[in-house]
Amino acid sequence: MSVEEQEGQVTRRMFTTGAAAGVATFIMTACGPKRLHEMPRERLRSAMREMEREYSARAGKGVTVSDTPALPGVEFAYALDISRCIGCRRCVYACVDENNQSRDPQVHWIRVLSMDKEKGVSFAESNPYYNPAEVPEEGKFYVPVACQQCRNAPCTKVCPTGATWTEPDGIVVIDYDWCIGCRYCMAACPYGARHFNWAEPVIPKDVVNGEMHVLGNRPRPKGVVEKCTFCIQRTRQGRYPACVEVCPVGARKFGNLLDKDSEIRYIIEHKRVLVLKEELHTVPRFFYFYAT
Amino acid sequence: MRLALLMVVGGMVSLGGDGQKPPAASAKPAAAGATEHLEVPPPPFTEGLFPCSGCHAGMTANRTRRTLKEMHDDIVLKHDEQHRWCLDCHDAADRDWLHLASGERVPFEESYRLCGQCHGEKLRDWRAGVHGRRTGSWSGTKKYLLCAHCHNPHQPRFHALAPKPAPVRPSRGARQ
Repeated sequence: MSVEEQEGQVTRRMFTTGAAAGVATFIMTACGPKRLHEMPRERLRSAMREMEREYSARAGKGVTVSDTPALPGVEFAYALDISRCIGCRRCVYACVDENNQSRDPQVHWIRVLSMDKEKGVSFAESNPYYNPAEVPEEGKFYVPVACQQCRNAPCTKVCPTGATWTEPDGIVVIDYDWCIGCRYCMAACPYGARHFNWAEPVIPKDVVNGEMHVLGNRPRPKGVVEKCTFCIQRTRQGRYPACVEVCPVGARKFGNLLDKDSEIRYIIEHKRVLVLKEELHTVPRFFYFYAT
Repeated sequence: MRLALLMVVGGMVSLGGDGQKPPAASAKPAAAGATEHLEVPPPPFTEGLFPCSGCHAGMTANRTRRTLKEMHDDIVLKHDEQHRWCLDCHDAADRDWLHLASGERVPFEESYRLCGQCHGEKLRDWRAGVHGRRTGSWSGTKKYLLCAHCHNPHQPRFHALAPKPAPVRPSRGARQ
């Protein structure tokens, strides 16, 4: 057999080996784990039933995990009245309770920054650790910051596994099963809105919120990133997020950006509105405004 | 157009003038019609005081400005007090009602109309759901609070609150 013949010819053995490898690759990729948004419906359902069993056993009570999809014709947006916020942090803890955040180590999706009225919105000089007997303090104003649900989200672009993406209703979500904990998204986020589970999260059984969404407040394992989802388990059922309902001064507003009669549209059309770090062109869906 | 609007508004006032709640929304312009769907909890009465007529029915109204000694001595008026006294808002003829500057009587359940006489832009924002807390559903039934649920009408400034605990500072390496 000449050399030329050997190079040009595909032997039976080569063909069989190649075909077997191809089939094996196909089987492995097709049957392996899928991201939640590309899983077939039935498979997602059975995965969710499995989650429910696991979480119920862990919490010692009935847990429901839903996969309510985005509603058509809805794009969520949020507005926060800086002139009203008194920095009481009720929202921070309502969020922790609603979204099953780890109590130890502490994870807070909302961070309330105290700022100087003299200096205006300045992150460099802001203080999240303020702790006076009563708020508001003289000469201070407060800017609560959570995920800004950007239209041009830097965090979703850097994810190497495609574990985070923007849903059709504008909520940036994370698939905790695909997050590998590289924390690139945390580095990319200019708002410090993403939080990493450095240790196994601890949530006392009696405070677990049993109403869960597969892309939202289901318990996270150690080593994944989490963040605000506009209370996806509530808002996709038509309810307000937990922070909106708890705010004692009514500074937090939420609604559908595509509905011209919504509060959010009224605010954008009638009030002085700003977004944080506008120059970065992240195009947040979270607006700050002055109602007075 | 402006004249027509005035007439409609004037009509509303005269309709409400007999002390009854305004009629159904159908006859009213869109902005005012929204008030008909406002779901508000009962007004925050002090325990055991309402109805006011329980005591006031047999009394003659004393319109002079004075320090209250026998009753209501806990009320401190800090709400443009130089220009205002009890009967500017509370109805002298029937204490179970409030009244507007026009003399139109307003039930406590609609006290926002009274507040809106001076704070018109707040009333507008409140109707739109932008001033004050709203609960319920962003797409459906929303629950409102009356002005008086958050602002004491006699001292309307929002009171200070104790903040919830500050977040723990991250530790650097091993804890000392």
